[in-house]
Amino acid sequence: MTFCAKDTWIEEERHVKANDRDYNDKFLYAANHIKTSKYNIFTFLPINLFEQFQRVANAYFLFLLILQLIPQISSLSWFTTIVPLALVLAVTAVKDATDDYFRHKSDLQVNTRHSELLIRGRLESEKWMNVRVGDLIKLENNQFVAADILLLSSSEPYGLCYIETAELDGETNLKVRQALTVTSELGADITGLAEFDGEVVCEPPNNRLDRFTGTLFWKDNKYPLDNDKMLLRGCVLRNTEWCFGMVIFAGLQTKLMQNCGKTKFKRTSIDRLMNTLVLWIFGFLTCMGIILAVGNTIWEERVGRMFRVYLRWDEVLSSSVFSGFLTFWSYVIILNTVVPISLYVSVEVIRLGHSYFINWDRRMYYGRRDTPAEARTTTLNEELGQVEYVFSDKTGTLTQNIMAFNKCSIDGKTYGEVFDEFGHKVEITEKTPCVDFSFNPLRDRRFRFHDGSLAEAVKLGEPTAHEFFRLLALCHTVMPEEKSEGDLLYQAQSPDEGALVTAARNFGFVFRARTPETITVYEMGTPVTYQLLAILDFNNVRKRMSVIVRTPEGRLKLYSKGADTIIFDRLDPSNEELMYTTSEHLNEFAGEGLRTLALAYKDLDEDLFEEWMKKLHFASTVLDNREDILAALYEEIERDLMLLGATAIEDKLQEGVSETIACLTLANIKIWVLTGDKLETAMNIGYSCNMLRDDMNEVFIISGHTAQEVQQQLRGARERIVGPRSEVPNGATDAEKADRNRKDSVFEETFTAEYALIVNGHSLAHALEAHTEAVLLDTACLCKTVICCRVTPLQKAQVVELVKRRRGVVTLAIGDGANDVSMIKTAHIGVGISGQEGMQAVLASDYSFAQFRYLQRLLLVHGRWSYFRMCNFLCYFFYKNFAFTLVHFWFGFFCGFSAQTVYDQWFITLFNIVYTSLPVLAMGLFDKDVNEQNSLRHPKLYEPGQLNLLFNKRQFFLCTLQGVYTSFALFFIPYGAFWHAVRDDGSHISDQQSFAVTIATSLVIVVSVQIGLDTHSWTVVNHFYIWGSVAVYFAITFAMHCDGIFSIFPSHFSFVGTARNSLTQKSVWLVILLTTVVCVVPVVAVRFLRADLYPTHADKVRRLQQASRRQRPQEQSLKRVRRTSSRRSAYAAHQEGYGELITSGRNMKPGRPVSAPPAGHGASWIESLLRKRSDGAIGVATETQGARAAGPRSHSAGAEGTGQSKRQQSRD
Amino acid sequence: MMASSYNAKEEDGHLSGTPGPGVVGADTSKKPDNTAFKQQRLPAWQPILTAGTVLPAFFAIGVIFIPIGIGLYVTSNNIREFEIDYTGLEASSPCFNCSQSYSWNNTKPCTCSVSFTLDQAFEGNVFMYYGLSNFYQNHRRYVKSRDDRQLNGDTSALKDPSKECEPYRKNVKPIAPCGAIANSLFNDTLALYISSNGTQIEIPLSKKGIAWWTDKHVKFRNPGGNNSNLAPVFKDTTKPVNWAKPVYELDTDPENNGFINEDFIVWMRTAALPTFRKLYRIIQKKGMTPTLPRGNYTLLITYNYPVHSFEGRKRMILSTISWMGGKNPFLGIAYITVGSVCFFLGVVLFIIHHKYGNRGNSSDIPS
Repeated sequence: MTFCAKDTWIEEERHVKANDRDYNDKFLYAANHIKTSKYNIFTFLPINLFEQFQRVANAYFLFLLILQLIPQISSLSWFTTIVPLALVLAVTAVKDATDDYFRHKSDLQVNTRHSELLIRGRLESEKWMNVRVGDLIKLENNQFVAADILLLSSSEPYGLCYIETAELDGETNLKVRQALTVTSELGADITGLAEFDGEVVCEPPNNRLDRFTGTLFWKDNKYPLDNDKMLLRGCVLRNTEWCFGMVIFAGLQTKLMQNCGKTKFKRTSIDRLMNTLVLWIFGFLTCMGIILAVGNTIWEERVGRMFRVYLRWDEVLSSSVFSGFLTFWSYVIILNTVVPISLYVSVEVIRLGHSYFINWDRRMYYGRRDTPAEARTTTLNEELGQVEYVFSDKTGTLTQNIMAFNKCSIDGKTYGEVFDEFGHKVEITEKTPCVDFSFNPLRDRRFRFHDGSLAEAVKLGEPTAHEFFRLLALCHTVMPEEKSEGDLLYQAQSPDEGALVTAARNFGFVFRARTPETITVYEMGTPVTYQLLAILDFNNVRKRMSVIVRTPEGRLKLYSKGADTIIFDRLDPSNEELMYTTSEHLNEFAGEGLRTLALAYKDLDEDLFEEWMKKLHFASTVLDNREDILAALYEEIERDLMLLGATAIEDKLQEGVSETIACLTLANIKIWVLTGDKLETAMNIGYSCNMLRDDMNEVFIISGHTAQEVQQQLRGARERIVGPRSEVPNGATDAEKADRNRKDSVFEETFTAEYALIVNGHSLAHALEAHTEAVLLDTACLCKTVICCRVTPLQKAQVVELVKRRRGVVTLAIGDGANDVSMIKTAHIGVGISGQEGMQAVLASDYSFAQFRYLQRLLLVHGRWSYFRMCNFLCYFFYKNFAFTLVHFWFGFFCGFSAQTVYDQWFITLFNIVYTSLPVLAMGLFDKDVNEQNSLRHPKLYEPGQLNLLFNKRQFFLCTLQGVYTSFALFFIPYGAFWHAVRDDGSHISDQQSFAVTIATSLVIVVSVQIGLDTHSWTVVNHFYIWGSVAVYFAITFAMHCDGIFSIFPSHFSFVGTARNSLTQKSVWLVILLTTVVCVVPVVAVRFLRADLYPTHADKVRRLQQASRRQRPQEQSLKRVRRTSSRRSAYAAHQEGYGELITSGRNMKPGRPVSAPPAGHGASWIESLLRKRSDGAIGVATETQGARAAGPRSHSAGAEGTGQSKRQQSRD
Repeated sequence: MMASSYNAKEEDGHLSGTPGPGVVGADTSKKPDNTAFKQQRLPAWQPILTAGTVLPAFFAIGVIFIPIGIGLYVTSNNIREFEIDYTGLEASSPCFNCSQSYSWNNTKPCTCSVSFTLDQAFEGNVFMYYGLSNFYQNHRRYVKSRDDRQLNGDTSALKDPSKECEPYRKNVKPIAPCGAIANSLFNDTLALYISSNGTQIEIPLSKKGIAWWTDKHVKFRNPGGNNSNLAPVFKDTTKPVNWAKPVYELDTDPENNGFINEDFIVWMRTAALPTFRKLYRIIQKKGMTPTLPRGNYTLLITYNYPVHSFEGRKRMILSTISWMGGKNPFLGIAYITVGSVCFFLGVVLFIIHHKYGNRGNSSDIPS
């Protein structure tokens, strides 16, 4: 065990010794302290300044500042640069400090959570940050796991413990972890645990959530360790009173933190464009500098040389070429305002403002959870207006992850719909009255059902209804927990099951208790105990589960529930008619996006069962091929079932999901669903939120297992959409060719046709390989809907990355769980659904809110406005600064290219930060072209953002051109007017200072008028700032030209009296008026013509808005289209293995009436459990298997079936 | 000029409904405030450029600008202005000799006289300017080469002028006034004679009031306050290199001597463009007779100021004044042009709008 200190940096293997801090300290493992903050009080200033000067812009201004300190070059005083620079640095520093403060706060909050640590043989409550690798830690129920720990023992038998991993992978069902038998024997024995000195040798920290390999060395024995013995940081302990574990990875080395990845600094496309433009401008600046420098050289050579009688050269000025060189730098200083430093600050301020508007939006506030929307990143707002692809998680994002028993079909009659007195169907809303279950003291008060007739049927003792609910109460693997009398809590492995058992409970069949061998159900108030003889557990191939029970009367019954196709294949022929009716109902249910299950029962013959049971016992002892033998046995008994009916569970969508999706689709935003869930579930949701419809031309399902298969499937799909453009892949069969012929007719409608693509996880892994990804993307982009299921967090990120990289479009990822973190971080914009328990997604996100439907508002209203505002802001800003700065260029030709400024230095200093900053900020913050109702009503308005129409290189060119024109007019009109001008008292006015004041005043007025033209909606703030800025200009000008300030600083305010002397002249005002009109008129003419001849969509909506503003806007309602047919029947997130757990009684808490488990069975059971789980992880259910199972059906109608349907008819 | 309307306050729909049972109370709720500002519902005026607003505006500009332009043009034309170039670079010029034989150290002033005839009488006050061409008073190094503190009478700056004045800062002793501007002070002397029946009568030229009041009384001040005897004040300084006399000998009138000498102040107000004119003297009108009647005049020049080295020109301008200042045809023409263009543009836009324009119908919006 030699371990050099050096190796710790490239950790190859981790050695951890329990309860031995001295030993573990040698390796310098990360402590459990999490630090996301960047500064502390002392390092803030140096580090922050260093960071800030790393930005090109700031460094550039620093460079300018240095240039200005050289007297031969300095064409402007130092203060013209240092004042804005200091302001910029200060604003940024304050912002950084605030951000870091909040990071400190959240770090502190996490780091000071408490857990119980075993220190020196005693349990002590410690802060998380003090937890170290190798420590023994005690976790209690519902606690977050503090670090990645190895489970040693737990309160549950056999060292089992249950965890919820929603934070990590988004799955909300419980997972089982089991300690090694040797360690689980330690139990809660503190002394034993304190003496535990096992050493773990394991893999170094990595980000794989599903894998762990290591070995425990203890008492001269080796024990292999895998992921099933690990509790990862971020999980929550459930249903387990306590457990002990040993910390293996802590802090930043935990899998959770390793998965979080580095926070990439996200930049918007406008940012990048701005950087390019700034580079262009620098190039432009250099060009101008060179032109003027050459001009200077020529001038000095031809004129300046002679003019030396009056203006001697400085000593350093040795030649005219050198003079030109110095002039270049002087002009760089003067003209630097084309890239004003205030641009960056203003952009930040505007984005910050937009973020606040998002935070303040009441329509994105979710009252039920008291969560307002939050813009966690303040630098991405305008990109919200450019999103083209939305990647959405399913569970918790589109759905509420609440399963609700919504409808059912019992014996050919459906329940769950509400009809009014005229027999019309009533849309069920929040306000629809619920069935009163008060007759049942054990009811779940949260359960809601609207159709009273079902409760009536149960009360009247309808036998099929009773049997239906009895089945639901018996056939499941739910664990009850009764904290006090009547206060039942079900621990379901999948939310579906929970919903079904809860439904039965409310309808009077209360599942109350279970032992390994019995199930106690309160049937309409009377306790009935059934003997549980066998659980024929669910798995992905079987797609059904059954229980065999003995009723108190001694009859043997098999109750079965499962996917409809599976159940229907195993029905007794007598059921045919009922089967058709039920099948119709199932179609109806599925059409509403409900998740359906068929229910059936069977009376068993005693002898047959005995025999079968023997076979089962035998089979369970077989080691080879046990699975197959068991499956065959199950198959054998699940035959000739009698159909009872079907259930329909609603995987409740969040409010307004389908409307939102419809609206976003209208805005040309493509929505891809990436879910970790099963294919069936994902498709179900796809249907219920209208992403998949039956009127779609085709839904392609990519489920290949090899790269080639996947590629072929993708190519096939693509060909079917666009026609056989590419060459026929090798091995095309006749059937494929026939397909192609048929499809040729389809080709015509390609562009109006709608296709959907569904990819499952394995295929996605292949599809994302370098040579296939192009095909995947091509195919996917042709489809209206793309759903990827069984996707790992990493794959989610890869898909997003693929689209981002290959398409070059703005992507947005939205999710709620830790499994979405990678995708949220990869996408241009990450949105987290907040308000749920898990916060990982929110913490990683750029925006967070409580409901998916707010996405519509975020994009179409806030995003659109932000983009619109930012673009207008930038256009104006560049215009303004070109107009302002280029006057110097023109003046250069008349002042011997000497880099003399036209304006007063104070004016240059204040122009950008005082005279013109606020109106444009107000525009950038408050302007709207159309109001929010219209933004939402006309999703098409979103498209300019996606096409990047409002600010691009062309727009930039146009607005700089306008700036150049304005500067030209600003210079040459006063130039012409001042050629001979004198005051009305004869004294001169064509002096430099009057000239400066005239041009400056014209400039301020022209840019104010221009901002007025650019402002689409004048709020009080706009009025205040625009008028205020002009007023402030005059106030400051007169103040700076007044006597008092001159007498204090004569050398800095040499313009004394100029404003008074020139701005009182009529001719000066005539010049200003003329300049203003000349600058503005062409702009007005062009804008008018453009709006008149080629109005944009926004222009039209604006006119409409103005025309109809007095009318009350009627709310647009997007009707939810019901689809028909296509049944999808499945469990939601069911994991097999619980059945065995229950019958073995291993998860029953001691102290409950548990019959002694058969000895010697335990070890083999655990092994099989583990084996099954690993199988399940590889062999996921596929449609092919499902199809194979759907064999020929018998069509003879049974007597019972007809009888039942007749009865139903008479009842109707 | 724009269609305008105030937006009615839009209704705030409560999509999210009332807070659920989980919310403890109104004061702890994180629900954002319902203020017009935070909900971006501030009432706003939303102007749109429509034909109804833009076209009248264009016509209005035309209608307003053309008369202004005509007025300006006529006013400008009514101003009498006479200009004479006396640089003397041509051999035929009376000042040819002076311009050729010039050197800074000349002690004997060179004089020349130029005769001219005024065809029209100049009424009212007549202003005499000197004009310089190709003289870069707006060159950066020239412009900054002054010390406003010194000129404002700061005694410390008098002894230690600003570095900006280099290389005209010190000549053994500190220079007062320092800098290139002061050093290059225009020092020709102009005198005007009217020929009346063969005799030359000198026209009185007033040198008061040629500088801005603020310059004379605020910006420029002699060191030592109102001390009429300036020589001791300036005793530690030396005159600018090009000057013949020290600054305290510019004039005998103590109100016009030293830094507050108006000729000096006028010169120190640097011109914006390389061709400029500066007010030299005022010929006050007296009585009812024209200030400068028609006739022959002689301009007597004491030629001190060399400009030929940089191809500069020197002129003398006589001008009357109107409400808008001196003769300035540019503004009038510019106004007429801009007004016409606007009017014409209005017509063109009107035609385009009626032929091809989208007359405010927005029915084709897909919603």
